[in-house]
Amino acid sequence: MDILLPRTLDEALGMKSDHPEAVPIAGGTDLMVEMNLGHRRPPIALDVHRLPELRQWRCTDGTLFLGAGMTYVRIIRELPGFTALAQASRSVGSPQIRNRGTIGGNLGTASPAGDALPVMAACDAEVVLAASGGRTRALPWHQFLVGPKKTAIEPDELILGARWRVTRGPGSFSKVGRRNAMVIAIASLCLVLDEDRRAVRVALGSVGPTVLRVPQAEAFAAGALAEAGVWDDPAALLPPEVIEAFGERVAASARPIDDVRGTAAYRRHACGVLARRALRWAIEDRQAGPAGHGRPAGSWGARC
Amino acid sequence: MSISTLTKTRGGVGESVRRVDGVPKVKGEFQFGSDLWAEGMLWGHTLRSPHPHALIHSINVAGALALPGVHAVLLAGDVPGKKCFGLEFADQPVLAGDRVRYAGEPVAILAAVDPETARRAAAQIVVDYEVLPPVTDMEAALLPDAPRLHEYGNVLRHVRIVHGDPDAAAEVWVEGYYETAMQDQAFLGPESGMAIPSSDGGVDLYVATQWLHVDREQVAPCLNLPAEKVRVHLSGVGGAFGAREDVSMHVHACMLALRTGKPVKMVYGREESFFGHVHRHPSRIWMRHGATREGRLVSVRARLLLDGGAYSSSGSAVIGNASTFAAGPYEVPNALIEGTRVFTNNPPCGAMRGFGAVQVCFAYEAQMDKLAKALGMDPVALRLRNALKTGSALPTGQIIQGSAPVREVIERCAAIPMPAAIPMPDAVSMPKEEGGRRDRLSYPGGAGNVSRGEALRRGVGFAVGYKNIAYSDGFDDSSEARVKLFAGSSGPIAEVHSAAAEVGQGVHTVLAQIARTELGVEHVVLHPSDTLVGSAGSTSASRQTMMSGGAVQLACQAIREELFDRVRLRAGMGDAPLVPDGALTLEGGMVLAGGVPVGPIEAYLDEPIERTRVYHHRPTRAMDAMGQGDPHVSFAFAAQRAVVEVDEELGLVRVVQIATAQDVGRAINPQAVYGQIEGGTAMGLGFALMEEVQVREGRILNASYTDYLIPTILDMPPVEAVLVEEPEPGAPYGVKGVGEPPTVVSTAAIVAALRDATGRALNRVPVRPDDLIGLTQPAASAGPPPAPDVPGPKAVPHYWGLTHGQGTLMEPE
Amino acid sequence: MLIRLKVNGEWHTADAEPQASLLYVLREHLGLLGTKNGCEQGECGACSVWLDGEMVCSCLVLAAQAHEREVRTVEALAGPEGLHPVQEAFLEAGAVQCGFCTPGLVVAAADLLARNPSPDEATVREALSGNLCRCTGYVKILDAVRLASERLRGRTA
Ligand SMILES: Cc1cc2nc3c(=O)[nH]c(=O)nc-3n(C[C@H](O)[C@H](O)[C@H](O)COP(=O)(O)OP(=O)(O)OC[C@H]3O[C@@H](n4cnc5c(N)ncnc54)[C@H](O)[C@@H]3O)c2cc1C
Ligand code: FES
Ligand code: FES
Repeated sequence: MDILLPRTLDEALGMKSDHPEAVPIAGGTDLMVEMNLGHRRPPIALDVHRLPELRQWRCTDGTLFLGAGMTYVRIIRELPGFTALAQASRSVGSPQIRNRGTIGGNLGTASPAGDALPVMAACDAEVVLAASGGRTRALPWHQFLVGPKKTAIEPDELILGARWRVTRGPGSFSKVGRRNAMVIAIASLCLVLDEDRRAVRVALGSVGPTVLRVPQAEAFAAGALAEAGVWDDPAALLPPEVIEAFGERVAASARPIDDVRGTAAYRRHACGVLARRALRWAIEDRQAGPAGHGRPAGSWGARC
Repeated sequence: MSISTLTKTRGGVGESVRRVDGVPKVKGEFQFGSDLWAEGMLWGHTLRSPHPHALIHSINVAGALALPGVHAVLLAGDVPGKKCFGLEFADQPVLAGDRVRYAGEPVAILAAVDPETARRAAAQIVVDYEVLPPVTDMEAALLPDAPRLHEYGNVLRHVRIVHGDPDAAAEVWVEGYYETAMQDQAFLGPESGMAIPSSDGGVDLYVATQWLHVDREQVAPCLNLPAEKVRVHLSGVGGAFGAREDVSMHVHACMLALRTGKPVKMVYGREESFFGHVHRHPSRIWMRHGATREGRLVSVRARLLLDGGAYSSSGSAVIGNASTFAAGPYEVPNALIEGTRVFTNNPPCGAMRGFGAVQVCFAYEAQMDKLAKALGMDPVALRLRNALKTGSALPTGQIIQGSAPVREVIERCAAIPMPAAIPMPDAVSMPKEEGGRRDRLSYPGGAGNVSRGEALRRGVGFAVGYKNIAYSDGFDDSSEARVKLFAGSSGPIAEVHSAAAEVGQGVHTVLAQIARTELGVEHVVLHPSDTLVGSAGSTSASRQTMMSGGAVQLACQAIREELFDRVRLRAGMGDAPLVPDGALTLEGGMVLAGGVPVGPIEAYLDEPIERTRVYHHRPTRAMDAMGQGDPHVSFAFAAQRAVVEVDEELGLVRVVQIATAQDVGRAINPQAVYGQIEGGTAMGLGFALMEEVQVREGRILNASYTDYLIPTILDMPPVEAVLVEEPEPGAPYGVKGVGEPPTVVSTAAIVAALRDATGRALNRVPVRPDDLIGLTQPAASAGPPPAPDVPGPKAVPHYWGLTHGQGTLMEPE
Repeated sequence: MLIRLKVNGEWHTADAEPQASLLYVLREHLGLLGTKNGCEQGECGACSVWLDGEMVCSCLVLAAQAHEREVRTVEALAGPEGLHPVQEAFLEAGAVQCGFCTPGLVVAAADLLARNPSPDEATVREALSGNLCRCTGYVKILDAVRLASERLRGRTA
């Protein structure tokens, strides 16, 4: 095995095009586990963890760009206003893992249980890829994540980061595990409200071959919120049976399997529960208002 | 020399003293087995069978041997002596010969210059297996047409205990079926050790273990060496919990060292560790309890089945224990208890903290709750009404002679204040950082952020349990200690030499405390534990404080006699002071007579005094064919109350508080006793909620810390513990062991609380989220299997002539 | 391959296999055995060290990634004037049993208290949630962190 230690993104992209078989390593929190267990021995490892170009985020023109090298701990510290993203980051592994693991690695591994992925899916994120010679392209998340642990990245490409249009509105991320910390999701869910488009977007993790969106349930919820007049009047209430029906729709859209961590039946059930809670929380948070209840302004719907 | 001031000896019995090995441990300087290093050492590696049941036709090692850096590759044929080892029966092959009986069984071993080369070499070994259908279900193993895993069949031992009239009539009956899964000890420091060949043709083995001498008893015959040529030394142990009672890498490392002439180190990784040691026996339990309307137990019927996996390990003792404790810490006039320990092609099971008592406590305490409900009685009151006491008869006919403060532990546990009521969520509730009242981490689901307090139900559960201390069933359990008292440059020093394995529980600290109290000397040093002193017996069965503590006490008393003789002899001679009247004692480095100082201890130590003594506990008597006897020495009892919070929609749990009272006899080091209670409780909590070695078709599906979950700091509640100190007559200082009772009761208490919160039956542990929300039905059974046809009450291999490590299992033709 | 790294203030060079983890290089090449291997999966935290000031699992760092970087291990905590207050508190509170988890926990607790000298209980629990201990049930570990926090505050006050 050889190791390449580029200092700049350009250098890294050059190396990647010369050695398409090189496997990028960022925080190593996925890759090293496989290497330590002897499950994987890449011929060449390309260290991308220290590339300054990947270790940044920008919020400009209403778009958030999150560099692939952003670690979870930095997201928690620097982007607390992006509630769902920060919550997902805080639920990852342990402090040690959050200090080291990156968004780029979560995308690169493309596990259906990757906790940043439902957030990106719910935000309609694009994954930005780069190759040497200044070539870049952006793929919508669902074109990038093509299967369990499968992505559409080309051998000469690196993940630069992900970007999405920042929306106004509350959102949350929750994940179910059998222990109260350090678990791989049995099921996870991200829900965001888009106040401007009057849309509800929901993504599920760990209950299908990749992260799933649930368009029918989303449309149902947006319609129900409109019907109840919630969009215009935060104090308006959504009837409990509507919230119930929303949960059922989300659960019905899951495509779970049985594995060592949980059963398909439980996963489907959990999706319904998480969906109902997330919708209720979103409505509660709207009622409280962006700066209500002593919360920092912008704790939902960070602005750029 | 000034002899005027008298200070009390510090750091003695009854004080919460710091650990003797604490400083190196916090600095990272303590040497664990995995930290051993020697010039020119090689790394050993084990190739294991991927199949649970197969014949081996051939093994080709040429590819591995051809790799540069590989020094030896050894197979079953290379085992120099006895081919098998085992704690009770030598039925487990050092290396599989022509047949493997579990997935993970060692097939070949090799030594190479580094771990990476060793791993690569192992991948070059080609084994030709003929896969056989595995027996993976414990009831299927009992069927007449099941493949026989051992020549004598699939039953290791069947215990039958008949007490009173099992058909006695009762007014109220409750019935239940229970299952417990396979639990792993999951100690933090995996199996490790190093073998160093010596010039006399023997070997020095440094190993993280629980019982040095029984290791040697098993290792030496396999190496075809006399015992004295196999010197076993204790290296730092990263937790044990029963998993280090059996031999793991011991023989392998020695074989490789003797073959290559170099030191060989073997360290298992986390995954291999799941294959490298025995687990807690999974169980199926059928119980029927009969009582009077007033809540007096009349009869208990219990049928127990333990899946022992492929080999014997300590299984016959485990089923003995499970059977003798199946009726719980209650007076039961009539009982019929039958327990069977079977063989399957599952991973081998043996000792784990609680040793058979955990499984039955889960069942009998569920039964007691059922009974309380059927009687309309308070569950605590029902337990009090039936509580054992000194003088009570057990189902084995054994009369409890020692202390049995069962009533006290129940009452004192129940009296511990309940935790504050949980604030109920507001209509608009929010995480604490957003203005709500509770930190979101404190809800069931913790870091997953799944709750703002929805669908929370609180439940309270109570359990009482008990466990024997030290070895049972007629075994002449003993421990030897050697103590030397000598004059150091700044005062007298006592050196304690004991083979008692310090595994983290703090026995070495306790031995030092005892020496301080007995000799009145503060400076105590521990000689490294090895086989150069006699056996201390196993660090298991919660026995070391009593047994090795007793041995150190005896040795110290013998030293004192000699010292006092010297004092008396010297008195009146030359310029030595006259001994005043009154008994001689030692305190604060001084010899006292009638409480008055006569001189510093070291004044009498021109010659060091060394004494070696062996402590035996009172003899026990094995059970006869009807399960009658006097099998156990002493008992320790514990009561626990668990308060849990369940998210009723997601089936997630947070344990809010554990309250417990435990019968400890006498706490030598109270802080360490609390530590044992907390740690033992955590292990029971894990078993209640998350810990299961998942085995499908004989293969472990979750051999990692990623998928075998043990509790984190966010899963453990505060533990309010009360020590009930009622000295055990005949035991040194009145001590009882403390390590196991918390593990025995906590699983039962937590599941009782979950039942209280959810109203569901929950008859299997660990409890899954699915069980808590009713997605799954309670574990069901068509009824207990018939008793197997076996020769008698002892373990079956006994009747085949395979007794204590003497026999070697014959491979079928 | 040759890896140069600064460990506990001193530069070292190790000729390590390219796939080696930082944990392996610390233990097997540099003889710094205080950092423990309990899983090599990032789950147990026994291998916790600081890499450029950030606490990480050394089993998950490719040694080459630590090339020209600064590593601090448990061995650096105790100074000439004695144990680190966290180490002292672990001894006093009885937070050590087998001790295999201890180096990692001491590192994690010191890391927390360096950033937040008076954490509340939930913060302590979250900060230590990546360190498994099989012996203690964590109760005395929480006591120890509380004690160390009081001492550290007392010292600066
Ligand atoms: C104990 C533990 C707990 C964990 N808990 C969680 C959890 O709760 N939730 C969760 O989602 N994950 C969890 N993980 C998994 C892991 O931490 C995350 O997936 C993390 O985001 C991976 O990031 P990394 O930088 O460490 O990835 P690496 O291991 O460095 O890389 C992962 C993959 O991504 C590729 N890659 C990385 N960067 C790039 C790039 N710039 N361009 C192209 N390819 C790239 C790599 O080649 C590799 O295939 C856990 C891991 C451990 C060990
Ligand atoms: S060894 Fe690194 S986390 Fe366990
Ligand atoms: S003290 Fe043994 S694992 Fe923590």
